[in-house]
Amino acid sequence: MKNAIGREIPESIPGYQTPILFAGAFNTKPGMNRQAPCVKAIRPSETKLTDSLEAVFKKIPITDGMTLSFHHHFRNGDGVVNMVLAVAAKLGLKNLKVALSSVFPVHAPLVDHMKNGVVTALDTNYMSGPVAQAISRGVLEKPVVLRTHGGRARAIECGQLKIDVAFIAAPAADDYGNINGVQGPTACGSLGYAIPDAEYADNVVAVTDYLVEYPLTPVSIPQTRVDYVVKVDCIGDPKGIVSGTTRITKDPVGLKIAETAANVIKAAGLIKEGFSFQTGAGGASLATAHFVRKMMEKENISGSFALGGITGYMVEMLEKGLFKKLMDVQGFDLEAIRSIAANPNHMEISANFYASPFNNGCAVNKLDAVILGATEIDTDFNVNVVTGSDGVIMGGSGGHADAAAGAKVTIVVANLLRGRLPIIVEQVLTATTPGETIDVLVTERGVAVNPRRPELRDKLLAAGITVKDIKELKSIAESIAGAPDKLVTGQRVVAIVEYRDGTVIDVVRQLED
Amino acid sequence: MSSLIKTAQAGTLESGDIMITIAPATTEGGVLLDLDSIVLAQYGTAIRKTILDIISELGVTDIYIKAVDRGALDCTIKARTLTALGRAGVVCEGELL
Amino acid sequence: MELRRSMLFIPGNSPGMLQNGGVFGADAVILDLEDAVAPNEKDAARILVAHALNNVDYGASEKVVRINPLDTFGHEDIKAIVPCEPGALMVPKVQTAEDIKKVVELVAAAERTGQKAVKIVALLETPQGIHEAYNIAKADQRVVALALGAEDYTAALGAKRTKEGTEIFTVRSMIVNAASAAGIQSIDTPFTDANDEEGLLQDTIVAKQFGFKGKMAINPRQVDVIHGVYNPSDTDIEWAQQVIEALRKAEAEGSGVASLNGKMVDAPIVSRAHNIIFLAQLLGLRKEIE
Repeated sequence: MKNAIGREIPESIPGYQTPILFAGAFNTKPGMNRQAPCVKAIRPSETKLTDSLEAVFKKIPITDGMTLSFHHHFRNGDGVVNMVLAVAAKLGLKNLKVALSSVFPVHAPLVDHMKNGVVTALDTNYMSGPVAQAISRGVLEKPVVLRTHGGRARAIECGQLKIDVAFIAAPAADDYGNINGVQGPTACGSLGYAIPDAEYADNVVAVTDYLVEYPLTPVSIPQTRVDYVVKVDCIGDPKGIVSGTTRITKDPVGLKIAETAANVIKAAGLIKEGFSFQTGAGGASLATAHFVRKMMEKENISGSFALGGITGYMVEMLEKGLFKKLMDVQGFDLEAIRSIAANPNHMEISANFYASPFNNGCAVNKLDAVILGATEIDTDFNVNVVTGSDGVIMGGSGGHADAAAGAKVTIVVANLLRGRLPIIVEQVLTATTPGETIDVLVTERGVAVNPRRPELRDKLLAAGITVKDIKELKSIAESIAGAPDKLVTGQRVVAIVEYRDGTVIDVVRQLED
Repeated sequence: MSSLIKTAQAGTLESGDIMITIAPATTEGGVLLDLDSIVLAQYGTAIRKTILDIISELGVTDIYIKAVDRGALDCTIKARTLTALGRAGVVCEGELL
Repeated sequence: MELRRSMLFIPGNSPGMLQNGGVFGADAVILDLEDAVAPNEKDAARILVAHALNNVDYGASEKVVRINPLDTFGHEDIKAIVPCEPGALMVPKVQTAEDIKKVVELVAAAERTGQKAVKIVALLETPQGIHEAYNIAKADQRVVALALGAEDYTAALGAKRTKEGTEIFTVRSMIVNAASAAGIQSIDTPFTDANDEEGLLQDTIVAKQFGFKGKMAINPRQVDVIHGVYNPSDTDIEWAQQVIEALRKAEAEGSGVASLNGKMVDAPIVSRAHNIIFLAQLLGLRKEIE
């Protein structure tokens, strides 16, 4: 079957529900009620503090086939996932489903749990490292479900991703289960991605190495949703959680792309009072913020908010009055943590508030401009951020498809050639974000505007920006690098790429040896 | 011919470059090209052809070549191959271009 | 005359940078075989740059190659590079007109029949070279510009190189004057702190005031700043348009003398106005200019 962007989706995929085909970014409507976890009561004398994870497993009890959820604010410094799954393996549990918002190289032990049948299903928004490689090689029988950050929140809230036990890596907690992310040795800032898990899981366990006197303040996840609190020695490695400072790239090509992207935003008429903006922490994305900032300073403009993963650079813009608020779902560096702990205009928001398509309005809808990356983009503007040039999974949508759908102007920044590889292809290997939600592609050798946005094209032309057809950019790339051979994939599906509304936008097929 | 070949190297492992190492042929003789590339799936065939065409144009029949590619363009591959061949004594400077 | 507001150095043995050299909009790229390349990599860089000249699209940027001095690898460089049709060679450490004549002889011998003549930019970076500036500029009609290399020059003097550039005040004047007297361009020394954008801006403003026609750049990020200084401003263009209008009016009225805001419009003013209009048209800065 072909979905709305022409991707071939099998009619049935073993280990996955009957696929609902992607029908367009806003064409699939919800038809359900919200998920309702069971109602609980606890007597005044009861305590939540439990000696060990093993004791928690027995008290709940956690049994074969359950879904355990985790959040990824600790990124490559996370200790909780490995700790919990080691207990599961020790207790001989089988067929668990792990719902971890993002998987990092530190989660390598998950591969053995998969091989040993402890974990037989994975649900995530992004994965890199040994787990992603093992999945690509077919370590699991069931396909992995790859979601967007907003899509995961939606799936949890709508009961499509039912969580039996949510483990919350808690930088600070009290013995009654109040949690925040801004105190303690493993402070990570916002706990945004953990909030839907805590809200809708049947059981919630706080795992902390920093237990404070009751009541903890401020509270991100309240005691009313937490069943157990476990104190362990160490929940993560601060070095892997945040970087010291996030710096603007010095790569001249990246800077050239960033400057052009900023000019596109200006040409679109968005640099004005109340401007709202989202950008990533890496390379050309963050550098775009730098050039946008210069424009805002020059014209003495104050923006309304910056959204998403927050870096020190955004904090500086907040403190200088260039943005009035930050809406933070995840902190990237120490400055972001310092700011969210102290500044009332730096808000912690949940994944749901950030990006879920099925509620009464998420924050991405209020964005003027978003800057996104891509590993491939096709001539129909569909973007791949899941599979690398070798066909192996090396990422995921995260908030990519969410922000693209919400923002007034969505700009993809990318080197036209990454090494030798042209970024523009006839058809992306894996579609993550539909072309209808991408407005502009900015490369070092030219800008292309989605033909669906003729009025935007006119604005860029009026501002003196040279606009090329995306097919012309593709042939420029190929004249430099030669036309690449196509990667050959097999038939077996190793991952389903769900769009934010839960429809199947694409599948990832296993590579043939 | 092959007995005159010295072991030589050209290029680097930086992004966009290719490192070419040339050595006398193995005992079986012939041209042996060992290619490792970050874009093997997309350009493996093209890279092999570029290198082997140069070898055959120069009439070299016995040689071992190890190529570690970091996404080099065709013109870079040619330049590095010729440099290595020059350093190995297969061609003299004047013929390199 | 070609624009050489910015001449951007690209290291000659770095494929990644060579392939992207054309995307920064510099008026010229200088593919460098000299200081950017270690002695034991000269062969590799020479072959790489030759292939880049034949294959990489540098867009509107003039392709310039900085060769090594003739007493090191210069002969081999010329033989390999010239047939690949660079727009110009930058010759380093030029001391006398004789140096240029030797290079010209080698270049002419290396050129293929029908090839567009390769021009020469003479890089003056020694006290003797500066002293001989005019003779060097007049040595051959291939010489299109004198460029100042202040780092080596101040080192030879034993003077400390500063951001303010007091130590190169005199040589800047000498080079600009020698080049102008010979009817060719003068290009200022690069500003070597790539992270100091404000310093670059000030240094370029000074260079323009001295009369340099452009400035070398050691980092792609410097190109836009340099162009920002060299491009005529809106005020410049408006002024130039008024001058031209005043001239027309005077001609129409049969008056020999034009005046603007009570001041006589004399030949130097007309010439400056024409230059501004020419540049503005070339750069597409003002669409409404006739």
